[in-house]
Amino acid sequence: MIEPAIKFDDVSKSFGDTLAVDALTLTIPRGSVTVFLGPNGAGKTTTVRLTTGALVPDVGEITVLGLSSIADGHEVRKICGVVPPNPAFFDQLSGIDNLKYAAEIAKAPKRAIAPAAERFGITDALHRRVDGYSTGMRTRLALARAVLHDPEILLLDEPTAGLDPESSRAVLGLIREMAGKGQTIVMCTHLLHEAEGIADVVVLMGSGQARAVGNPHDLMASYASEKCVAIDAVDRSELAILANMPGVLAVNGDGPVKVTVEDMSIVPDLVKSLVDKGVDITRVEPHTPTLEYLYFEMQSALGDQL
Amino acid sequence: MSIRRAWIVARLDLHRLTRSKDYLVPLVILASIFFVIIPWVMLGIVSRAGGSDLIQRIGGVLQSLPQIAQDNVKGSTPQARAAYTFAVYLLAPVAIVVPLTISSAIGAYGLIGDREKGTGEYLAHSPLHTSEIFYGKLIAAFIPGYLATIAGFGVYALIVNTRVGGLLGGWFFPTPEWWILILWVVPPFIIFSLGVILWASGRVQSAPAAQQASTLVTLPVIVMAYGVTSGLALDPVRGAIGIGAVAWVVALLVLRFTSRGLKRERLLGTGSQN
Repeated sequence: MIEPAIKFDDVSKSFGDTLAVDALTLTIPRGSVTVFLGPNGAGKTTTVRLTTGALVPDVGEITVLGLSSIADGHEVRKICGVVPPNPAFFDQLSGIDNLKYAAEIAKAPKRAIAPAAERFGITDALHRRVDGYSTGMRTRLALARAVLHDPEILLLDEPTAGLDPESSRAVLGLIREMAGKGQTIVMCTHLLHEAEGIADVVVLMGSGQARAVGNPHDLMASYASEKCVAIDAVDRSELAILANMPGVLAVNGDGPVKVTVEDMSIVPDLVKSLVDKGVDITRVEPHTPTLEYLYFEMQSALGDQL
Repeated sequence: MSIRRAWIVARLDLHRLTRSKDYLVPLVILASIFFVIIPWVMLGIVSRAGGSDLIQRIGGVLQSLPQIAQDNVKGSTPQARAAYTFAVYLLAPVAIVVPLTISSAIGAYGLIGDREKGTGEYLAHSPLHTSEIFYGKLIAAFIPGYLATIAGFGVYALIVNTRVGGLLGGWFFPTPEWWILILWVVPPFIIFSLGVILWASGRVQSAPAAQQASTLVTLPVIVMAYGVTSGLALDPVRGAIGIGAVAWVVALLVLRFTSRGLKRERLLGTGSQN
């Protein structure tokens, strides 16, 4: 049995009349990369804040590596690194001063500062005041600050928002690296393509609840189980004839068409028919749904629950 | 709670403060007005007034005081006694007004400032105990006010001795009650006010509301300070020690209550519902 890193047991949290997290029961496996997907107001940020004990649930219990986020909150916060959305700093100070204080607070060695800064490409800016940093540099500094004490659990709330492609790649690289070392990563994001390929577990949040949880493969099977193939041709208009062929359920797309079929075994026959009709085919490949595709398929399936 | 970790928070805030001219310049101006300009002008007037109406009136006021208070006013001439009264008793509340005003201005913004700027979220997720954050903020607000008082006290002593020392047979200031005032009475007054202000700062929704709360706390304390320090003439040394002792007890009781009142979620900024 996989050891849980974080367990939410019937956790609810409200702010006035707004129920931000509603009876959330969820287990995040240790050493996994778990991606929280969901629209604004779905409860993702509140879930992160509840995890470290920054917020106290109205009901329910959260355990982090066996520690209660409330009773043992101090210990929980020692093993967590957090990158909040729009990370804030002590702007009058330089980047290096911010990291020095963060290291002291987290009891991290000062020698951890230089490698962390280098990892996220902010070494050259470290001696400048943070109020002169761009959004991307602030996020990089937040990431460096979050990993200074080599946390066992990293909670990233929209970490790539406002980042340039190079920084985004650095974030994803960090996630892969930490996951490879057995650390647990929780990431909230809207940028589905960036979660592609790194998510071991996807949690679709809606109205404060985990509407769907599973590994991408299983979720694809549940929510995007159509059998599809992508076909392209020199003259794409000639592909319209696919719609009338036996076994074809749907044909979509203006460029390379996405052909939904009853069974993948008919694909060779489809190709042969097209060739026989003089269509110059340039590409035939199985259509692999992306995480983004999965997200919208799940949204469509779950409808007003989100 | 760890003092070392509270000190990290305090150093962090003090470091920010030293980089912020918006804060420092008004503080220096305020301390200069109360410790330099007002004493310089007031004592200058007294030192040049000689046998004027002003001196006669002050003499009349002094004679209306209880005998014990009259005995504590030094000086062989009416002018010298007026100078002594101004320097030692009438301007004494300044020693409390300045640090209170400076520290409360910093303290009021302490927690709400972090919340508004988003740095509160970082502190909320950090391994710091809320009491460490509270005491760190308190120390960071206390030190600038108290340092300004110590520095101002030194300058004030110079002004008093140079302006009116000649009337009283040479340098006579600081008197024992002023040493006690500065070292024993002023700190608990600041701590008491900061305890209440930080407690309020952790509860209000905005910086202006925190400033309002700070004013509500500081004004009565200043009025009280005026009352007690002006009354020191009755029994300067024992009076100052007694006032200080009571102030310490009240301040420590207030701290005991208020330091437990800070909730971690109050450090989080807006948008906590997402």
